[in-house]
Amino acid sequence: MSTALAALPATTRKPRATVPPMVAFALCWIAAMLAVAATVQWIAPYSYTALDLRARLHPPVFMGGDWRHILGTDELGRDVLARLLYSIRLSLLIAFGATLIGAALGTLLGFLAAHLRGLVEQVVLALADFQASMPFLILALSVLAFFGTSLTLLICLLGLHGWERYARISRGLAISAGAQGYAAAVRQLGASPWRVYGRHVLPNIASTLIVSMTLAFPEIILLESGLSFLGLGVQPPETSLGNMVGYAREYLTRAPWILLSPAMVIVMTTLSVSMLGDWLRDKLDPTLR
Amino acid sequence: MPLLKAEGLVRRYESRQGLFGRIAHIRALDGVSLELRKGETLGLVGESGCGKSTTGRLVLGLEPADEGHVVFGGAPMPGPTTPEWRRLRARMQMIHQDPLGALDRRLPIGAQVEEPLVIHRRGDAAARAGRVAALLEEVGLDAGHAARYPHELSGGQRQRAVIARALATGPELIVADEPISALDVSIQAQVMNVLAEAQARHGLALLFVSHDLRVVRQVSHRVAVMYLGRIVEEGEPDAVLREPAHFYTRALVSAIPHPSRRDAKRIVLKGDPPSPAARPAGCAFHPRCAAAVALCAREVPELKPRADGRKVACHLAHGDAMPVRKAA
Repeated sequence: MSTALAALPATTRKPRATVPPMVAFALCWIAAMLAVAATVQWIAPYSYTALDLRARLHPPVFMGGDWRHILGTDELGRDVLARLLYSIRLSLLIAFGATLIGAALGTLLGFLAAHLRGLVEQVVLALADFQASMPFLILALSVLAFFGTSLTLLICLLGLHGWERYARISRGLAISAGAQGYAAAVRQLGASPWRVYGRHVLPNIASTLIVSMTLAFPEIILLESGLSFLGLGVQPPETSLGNMVGYAREYLTRAPWILLSPAMVIVMTTLSVSMLGDWLRDKLDPTLR
Repeated sequence: MPLLKAEGLVRRYESRQGLFGRIAHIRALDGVSLELRKGETLGLVGESGCGKSTTGRLVLGLEPADEGHVVFGGAPMPGPTTPEWRRLRARMQMIHQDPLGALDRRLPIGAQVEEPLVIHRRGDAAARAGRVAALLEEVGLDAGHAARYPHELSGGQRQRAVIARALATGPELIVADEPISALDVSIQAQVMNVLAEAQARHGLALLFVSHDLRVVRQVSHRVAVMYLGRIVEEGEPDAVLREPAHFYTRALVSAIPHPSRRDAKRIVLKGDPPSPAARPAGCAFHPRCAAAVALCAREVPELKPRADGRKVACHLAHGDAMPVRKAA
């Protein structure tokens, strides 16, 4: 098939649209963040726990500091740049991991509900209602308080955040596709459920799920910040972006730089993810090309 | 031996009136029997809601029948979504009314025409590509359309693509559920011809569901008229349309627009078709029938053959009762 398609005249193919500058920027930013996360142990100027007690609350270069600590130091004399780079790694791991877990779990349950209907559907919908009506922070607090805090548990727990949205979206769209449209037609061709859902339903609803993921990503970063701030998220001396913002709050008037750089990274990353998601959704839809 | 034999098909749906209302059983199909031989076209006509499409879904086994059974190629129809049922899809196909809805808008036409071949593991990639090209040519599309997406095609081209997909595995039976009613009048005839040619070339059995009597007359070897979940008349299309025996068929035939005839001769039925949930006793058509007698309200007429071979379900047509007054 692919050879036959490649042999076709080029007239049926439209010229590839150029990437808009904002999206290019978002791509670069996320690539840079991922590069930092991958190589942090080699590029960080200091260890994130290294103390420099003689240079406590040292301002960054652009606020009258010197080049030893480019982004200044915190109240214990730890280098902000080093801590920022390590925080990026941990926060990205948590945010991406949790978003993917939530999307995969929610979509799977939604498809199961749409395919099996009956009791399974009732249970999934009841769970989704339960999840939606329960303040997530309370659930997270109780789980972490009982089982202690570990990174794996934290990621899985945050993965539970927002699964009900994916479940509802995927169930609704799968049912409507199965009742009348393309999914019914493909099932009628003799396709197995794997093929119907994997090759047809999932790509068709991917744009909606991706938008939902780009909305969930910043929420998870903020949620992680909130949990870390309450002392149940990332535990010191480990550090995350939310954790840095939380602890730097006390020094906001005297040493705003401690809070400024992680806050900026949070804003830029979530913004980039949103823009990239938006662009990706349009890109994946052949009718919008 | 007929390729497809359906006997006494009954399909009930449940519907609840209001939030806590009692459950009403709707008999969408009430004992439908039909036979279809290889290479034969059976036209199924009737107004909307009479169970035409449900009949189509039941003979394909897409839904189980509540009563009665379907025999295809000498074997009973397996239950939906079982592996045997899935394998059987290669031998029976459906053509939907809305081609845009039936196609996946994210896949190019070529990939979708190829899909049944992939599902049923026919040939390798090169053989499948050749088959797709042949299929597209057969339905009047060119090779360039293979790389197009459904939204880039016109309605007629989309329906051709759907027909190509249905023909891919070389099925023996095709159920076409109002295949041209979503299309522009100017291209209905073209698509109809594509279907008729494919039917003649491959010797397909075709169950053609439509509400358009003229189209049915044009393509069918036999026509069955449905009213409220039952077949009320069945016979040769020309004979049925020239000299309808059932009073419902008479009304249907008289509704065909005719340039040389005055509208005064039209039989206009009173009222709406009754709900299948509240089926009239006796002949379901008697409240709207101009010639109904007391017997019609009492006894359900059976579908049985007349002397000329036509099957009719009407007391009057069989001479079991004398009409009170002549129908228009």
